[in-house]
Parts: sequence; C-alpha cells; structure tokens
Amino acid sequence: MGDLFVLVISCIFINNILLAQFLGNCPFLGTSKKMETAIGMAMAVIFVLVMAGAITWVVNEYMLKPLDVVYLQTVSFILVIAALVQFVEMFLKKSIPALYAGLGIFLPLITTNCAVMGVCLINIKEEYSFIEALVTSFSYAAGFGLALVLFAGVRERILLARVPKPLQDTSIGLITAGIIALTFMSFKGMV
Amino acid sequence: MAQSLAKEFTKGLWAEIPPFRLVLGLCPTLAVTKSVENGIGMGIATTFVLVFSNLLISLLRNIIPSKVRIACYIVIVATFVTIVELLMQAYTYELFLKLGIFIPLIVVNCIVLGRAEAFANKNGPLPSVADGLGIGMGFTLSLAALGAVRELLGNGTLTIWGGTPIFEMAEGFLPFRFMLEAPGAFIGLGLMLCLMNLIGKK
Repeated sequence: MGDLFVLVISCIFINNILLAQFLGNCPFLGTSKKMETAIGMAMAVIFVLVMAGAITWVVNEYMLKPLDVVYLQTVSFILVIAALVQFVEMFLKKSIPALYAGLGIFLPLITTNCAVMGVCLINIKEEYSFIEALVTSFSYAAGFGLALVLFAGVRERILLARVPKPLQDTSIGLITAGIIALTFMSFKGMV
Repeated sequence: MAQSLAKEFTKGLWAEIPPFRLVLGLCPTLAVTKSVENGIGMGIATTFVLVFSNLLISLLRNIIPSKVRIACYIVIVATFVTIVELLMQAYTYELFLKLGIFIPLIVVNCIVLGRAEAFANKNGPLPSVADGLGIGMGFTLSLAALGAVRELLGNGTLTIWGGTPIFEMAEGFLPFRFMLEAPGAFIGLGLMLCLMNLIGKK
C-alpha cells in the first residue's frame, strides 16, 4: 500500500506528465486559453487514460506476449486507443448525454494526445503489475489535469497584461509553462 | 513541375517550419533536445516517417474511404514508425535508448497526421514526398537549433554525432544546468519563438 502511495505522489508531482515528461504538450498549449476548456480536457483525459491504461496492459500481457509479437506494440496500442475513444464517445452520447456535452470536442482530440499513448508505453516499460498500471494511469492523468488547470488560470490573467508584441500568444505561453515547471521542480527529492 | 516541387520543399524550411510556424509536435521538440545529437536523430526519424507515410497515403488517396481515413492514416503511420523503431534498434542502439518512448510516440506526433490530412490527402505522390521532406528537414533544423542552444548553455559543448563534442566552451565557463532541465526547454523554445516573430515582422 505504501508503495502505491509513493507511486501516486511521484506520478502527480515529481514526474508530472506535462512539465517533467513532456507528454501531451499540444493540448496543454491548445486548450489552456480558457478555464472551461481546460477543465473539459482534463476530465476527458482522466477518463480515457485510465481505461486505455487498463486495456493496453491486458492486450500486451495476454495477446502480444503469448503470441510473441511485441514489435506490433505501437500499431496495436494506437488502434486500441483510437477505437476506445470512438467507443467512449458513442457510449456517452447514448447513455450520459450531459457528460458527453461537457466533454464535447475534446474526446476525439485525445486520440492524438501523446500523454495517453505515452503512459501506456511507460506502464509496459516499467513492467508494472495491473494494479500499479491502473494507479499510474490515474495519477498521471490527475497530474495532467492539475498542471493544465493551473496553467489555464495563469493564462487567463496574462490576457489582462500588456505583453510585448513578439512574445504574444504561444511564446509567452511557453515561458509561463517554463516558470510553472520550475515550481514543480521543487518537488524533486520528496520521495 | 520542378519549380512547384522546389516550392513544396522549401516552404517547410521557413514559411511553415514546424514547430515554430505550425505549433505542432511540441512534445518531442521539448523532450529530446538536450543535445544537438538527440535533436538531429529525432528529426531524421520523423522525416523518414513523414516522407514514406506521405507517399503511401497520397498513392492510396483515391482508395481510402473518406469516412475512415483518419484510422487508415494512423495505421499507415504506425507501420512506418515500427520500421524506424526496428531500424534504430539495429543500427543506432545508443540513440534509440536515449530517445526512449519518443520513437513510438512519433505515431501521435500531430505534424505527421497533420501533413497527411492537409497535404498528402489532396496531392499526387511527388509533391507529397517533397512536402514531407521539406517539413521533415525543417523539423530537424528546429530540433537541432533548440538542441544547440540548450546543450551549449547547459553543458558547454556541442555534439553533432557520435559522442565527441566538436566545440567546447572556454575553461572558466560554468554550465547553466537549468537549461537541460524541463523549465529550460519551455523557456528556450518560448524565446526562440519570440525571435522568429521578431525576424518575421521585417
């Protein structure tokens, strides 16, 4: 149990997926201009990432390994994720329309979010057990949400500031992200 | 014909150079540019995938049904990524270890899928290859440039290939470790983007 707790802390803060591992940076910059979209994206990522983490782990362990075709990992994982996203979209549309409306356009975008694929690959690479893989997936996704929402908050304030012309938009966004990453660095050595 | 091919090629080098002009594919850009060598390696791997997936997609563009095209593109791209992965494992094992999961992650690099959707989908094989090559070279150049800045400031060296530095800072230089860490990547890229905007304004 203690090990799992350490894993959670290290995935959310120390190895934060956005700010330390550099995965999922496109939606990080793309959807962080407004708090609302940031929260939508964060929820969608948490939802899909936990499911994708579980399914790809099973696929790897019970399909790719016994058949000795681990080199098909990339192809099969991306197919699983794409299919999963499509499925989740259809399922939510039918049964939980309120949640579907909330997540909206962010669901299909997740297919090309490298955070999802990246975490699935990390789970396999670190040879986590099923439970560990689930916990890691959730914690990474929670870390993604935390960083995204924090960043969106800062970015909304920047809109009010007068930024020099060449620095506007993405440029100042990246520099802000750098400063947030700097604060996250202070978690290093906590575990 | 030759002229338009050259145009498709050169637009990737300046007018639409990723990741500066097209803000796509940021993850590998930020993650692997700890040194010039890593940047170039990643750039070449991406270029390979871009050129061949563009070629194949443009050849198949009339056969692929438009409703399931994204899924088809992803499978094509994933196939070439697997090829690159196996090739790198065989011939440049050290680089393969350094780049780690970012090689399989070329699949979800938005640049590759973006070019497939925006260009190869509508154009013939030759222009598509030129486009892939141009964007790929542009990407490689950007990665190398960012890698050079970070390596020079963070480590005081420049390494193009093979592990031996071709340039070292003068002795009293204290490396700026910050540049090699995560925040250095964000701030370095942000400042380079600002520089590009400044130059572009003229």
